[in-house]
Amino acid sequence: MITLNHYLLLSALLFSIGTAGVFLRRNLITLLLSVEIMLNAVNLTFVALGRFNGSVEGQIITFFVMTVAAAEAAVGLAIVIALFRHKETLSPDAFTSLKW
Amino acid sequence: MAPWLFYFFATVSVACSLGVVGQRNPMYSVLLLIGLLISLAGLYVGLDSPFVAVTQVVVYAGAIMVLFLFVVMLLNAPREDVAPGAHLPIPGGVKVYGTILSISMAVMLVWALSRLGVVPFVEDPQAAARVESVRDIGVMLFRDHAFSFEVTSILILVAMVGAVVLAKKTV
Repeated sequence: MITLNHYLLLSALLFSIGTAGVFLRRNLITLLLSVEIMLNAVNLTFVALGRFNGSVEGQIITFFVMTVAAAEAAVGLAIVIALFRHKETLSPDAFTSLKW
Repeated sequence: MAPWLFYFFATVSVACSLGVVGQRNPMYSVLLLIGLLISLAGLYVGLDSPFVAVTQVVVYAGAIMVLFLFVVMLLNAPREDVAPGAHLPIPGGVKVYGTILSISMAVMLVWALSRLGVVPFVEDPQAAARVESVRDIGVMLFRDHAFSFEVTSILILVAMVGAVVLAKKTV
């Protein structure tokens, strides 16, 4: 039988994988994708707990998280494009100065 | 939800997210992330939340991931280049410490969840019907959470203007 614990464990695993991606990868786009994995892990927790409590609140906050993810992707990718235009690389180690 | 379906979707989602993190080519990473989103949509259907599942596929996999795909193709930088200098002065490298940190976080989360005890879902058809009703979601969203809804629309507007300004040729 599938219990709430299964969903929470899966969510914890996905969140940790996303964190590992943020730590390990040296590519700005993959970094943003890892953040998306983490947001989705949290979404799974919200929906599972909403189902557990028998309310739609969990689903509603999921919609808000999706909206924030869309805004984050739009602004983050715009920054990535602007950075790539300056240095022709996607490695975050290349961007160490605040101003050039 | 049938247990084998849960394990199927869970395996696919973990494999896809490991692929996203392990891939060298960002193109494949984005495509694998779409696989993760679709398998999570399957899990949402199992949690009696079909509306979130559909929104996940249409909005997340359909719109946000297309944005990522578009930028990956636009930049056309398929390889992950080794950083030209500017490494953090940590002995052993960042990767070792990053791995240790993320594994310890996973262990900590699993430990905390194992202390929770087994919590089964309520097998009440009425509760399931309450959760999966799109009408209830709409009422709750536009009545109880109307202010948050308006605030997110302002957030989207700000993000749109910000993206246009940031990606402009002459900054």
